[in-house]
Amino acid sequence: MKMCRYIGVGVTLIAATGALASQPSTSVNVHIGSKKFTESVLLGHVLTQLARSRDAVATYTAELGGTRILWDALLAGRIDGYPEYTGTIRREILGLDKTPPASRADAKDRNRELERALAPFGVSMTAPLGFENNYALGMRRETADRLHIRTISQLASHRGLRLAFTNEFINRSDGWPGLRDIYGFAGSRPPGLDHDLAYRALEAGGIDATDFYSTDAEIAAYDFIVLRDDRGYFPRYAAVVLYRTDLEQRAPAVVTAWKSLAGRILTPSITGMNAAAKIDHVPEQRVAAEFLARTFGKSTPIHGATTWTRLRRRTVEHLSLVGISLTAAVLVALPLGILAAKRRRWGQGILAIVGIVQTVPSLALLVFMIPLLGIGGPPAIAALFLYSLLPIVRNTHSGLTSIPTPLTESADALGLRPSERLRRIELPLAAGSILAGIKTSAVINIGTATLGALIGAGGYGQPILTGIRLNDTGLILEGAIPAALLALAVQGLFDLIERGLVPTGLRLRDS
Amino acid sequence: MIALTDIGKSYHGVPVLGPVSLAIARARTTVVLGPSGCGKSTLLRLLIGLATADEGQVRIDGVRVDFADLRKLRRRIGYVIQEGGLFPHLTVLENLCLAARSYGETPDRIHERIGELADLVKLPPALHRRYPSQLSGGQRQRVALMRALMLDPDVLLLDEPLGSLDPMIRADLQADLKAVFRAVGKTVVLVTHDLNEAAFFADTVVLMRNGRVVQEGTMRDLVERPMDAFVSKFVRAQRGFLQLHDRPQ
Repeated sequence: MKMCRYIGVGVTLIAATGALASQPSTSVNVHIGSKKFTESVLLGHVLTQLARSRDAVATYTAELGGTRILWDALLAGRIDGYPEYTGTIRREILGLDKTPPASRADAKDRNRELERALAPFGVSMTAPLGFENNYALGMRRETADRLHIRTISQLASHRGLRLAFTNEFINRSDGWPGLRDIYGFAGSRPPGLDHDLAYRALEAGGIDATDFYSTDAEIAAYDFIVLRDDRGYFPRYAAVVLYRTDLEQRAPAVVTAWKSLAGRILTPSITGMNAAAKIDHVPEQRVAAEFLARTFGKSTPIHGATTWTRLRRRTVEHLSLVGISLTAAVLVALPLGILAAKRRRWGQGILAIVGIVQTVPSLALLVFMIPLLGIGGPPAIAALFLYSLLPIVRNTHSGLTSIPTPLTESADALGLRPSERLRRIELPLAAGSILAGIKTSAVINIGTATLGALIGAGGYGQPILTGIRLNDTGLILEGAIPAALLALAVQGLFDLIERGLVPTGLRLRDS
Repeated sequence: MIALTDIGKSYHGVPVLGPVSLAIARARTTVVLGPSGCGKSTLLRLLIGLATADEGQVRIDGVRVDFADLRKLRRRIGYVIQEGGLFPHLTVLENLCLAARSYGETPDRIHERIGELADLVKLPPALHRRYPSQLSGGQRQRVALMRALMLDPDVLLLDEPLGSLDPMIRADLQADLKAVFRAVGKTVVLVTHDLNEAAFFADTVVLMRNGRVVQEGTMRDLVERPMDAFVSKFVRAQRGFLQLHDRPQ
């Protein structure tokens, strides 16, 4: 038996090696990532298509997360490059000084300073791509006109205005804390919300001012007003590409292509791209391809996916997230539940621990997993696994402990071995309760798995996330409807399993 | 022979039994009688190792129960409780086969034994594939008795076996039970609070109160030579029925 297995593994390995060797020797794998806002996603597509035009096998994980996640992924080698901004590199990543550059010439020196500081990390930076995407504060034109606000100082002097900022802005050292100190904003810490939702809240009049990215398409589309940074607080955020220095050896052509972007993406160009994607709902891949065609005069093939192929891919992703995490949870939670029921002293501890895991907010749990397991599927599966434990452990425990004493004692009195008693008597009697626990876990798991998209795990959460970002209800439904249908289908499946697994004698009694 | 010596047992500091010393004769029916809470069920549970005595010893054919290999011990003891304790998720046949399979009996032998016992306890074969919930209370107790007798044990313990049945079924089953006891010739220990039942089954009656044995002997001894006021009072309370059974004997 064992021998057979080893041979099997060997054959698989040989086949895998063969498959690798049969690829053209020139092709290299390049992984590109992006942050969770449209401009970053677009630039990621540009980098990916450029890499493909140099015969690299490029994989793109869009909307991976915030600065910290992208930077960690880059250092860990899970991605090879992503678009970033000099101000963010300086303040957020490297934690350097906070004084803005005095002049353009000065800026060049300062970029060299960044390159030197990045070198020890094995990370390089291209020259600026051409545009800056600075932080700014903005308001509705109507409010600004009514209150005569044109600068951030004037905004700070108005009490009682409803401010809200993106979560990242509130916590960044170059965001709210410094802004509050320099402009003397009074009052409590403003609430944080999603960047794309902030625009919608501002438009709807739910808030009076929020932070903008200066290249955002919404500013022009909704006729918002950008307040002058009259004390020069915000640093410059020139777009660059960060990449692993070892890529210069592995894929020199790709690095050369990325470097050729320097100075080629100017502000009108990026604002137009942002608008095309966000306002006109042109697919991001196409926006990027059209830009490359305009700029370099060559067309890059887009692997356009139809709704059905996208749906199929996401279904596979979602099912594997749910399937793997739930299977693992059943394999672990069932023995834990049995142990908890059999050893009362352990029982309280086990139930308490899995109970505490459940109280960690799902988003936080996902983020906790990143330092341990990186990004993508594994951390999402680990988080979903932890989430699925409690209902199964608890129901296994309660199912076993609620078996009437006369029955367990009858099993003992018959002289059954403990293992026989568990297998033939206790587990069948608790089957209904255990299955109900697994069903609960499965349904929660399917819903929670949509959050996996936040850390690059794909699945039905991906279109929901993109849909929120692009304000595209159709796209949101493209993820939400299949997720709901999957939950219903799984519920139905478990009803069938229940019919098969819960012993006939017990169902007769209930009816 | 079953011998209990200076047995004491308490639950959470409350004494429920003891001190009790008792000898139970082989191949006879001993009825342990007493009001609820007198410790009679606990006494029965000590015999099959479902409870352990705090003090004293229980020996079955010289083997101490608390040191015994319980699996070996229980192979020789059949146990029937009030509601039968049948497993609701198993059919009659599955309930019957469970222990026999665990102890490695061959399918042929099991089949044969089920045939014998079904005749003995008068359980129609048509019921064998039913689940306990599809049987009447009396039928369930017949199955429970079969299950207890499957491995041909030396000792049969019954804890209020007729307790939950209505009077008509009870009368039928009572007669059949007595016939079975006679037929198998085993050491039977039956626990009940019902004087009537005790009189019907007992070769020897053990009357208990507050965890102690008050009087031991034949039913006639209890009625005619009560040891103390409690015995007379207990007997008098249920005497009306007793006379019906008493006379023909």
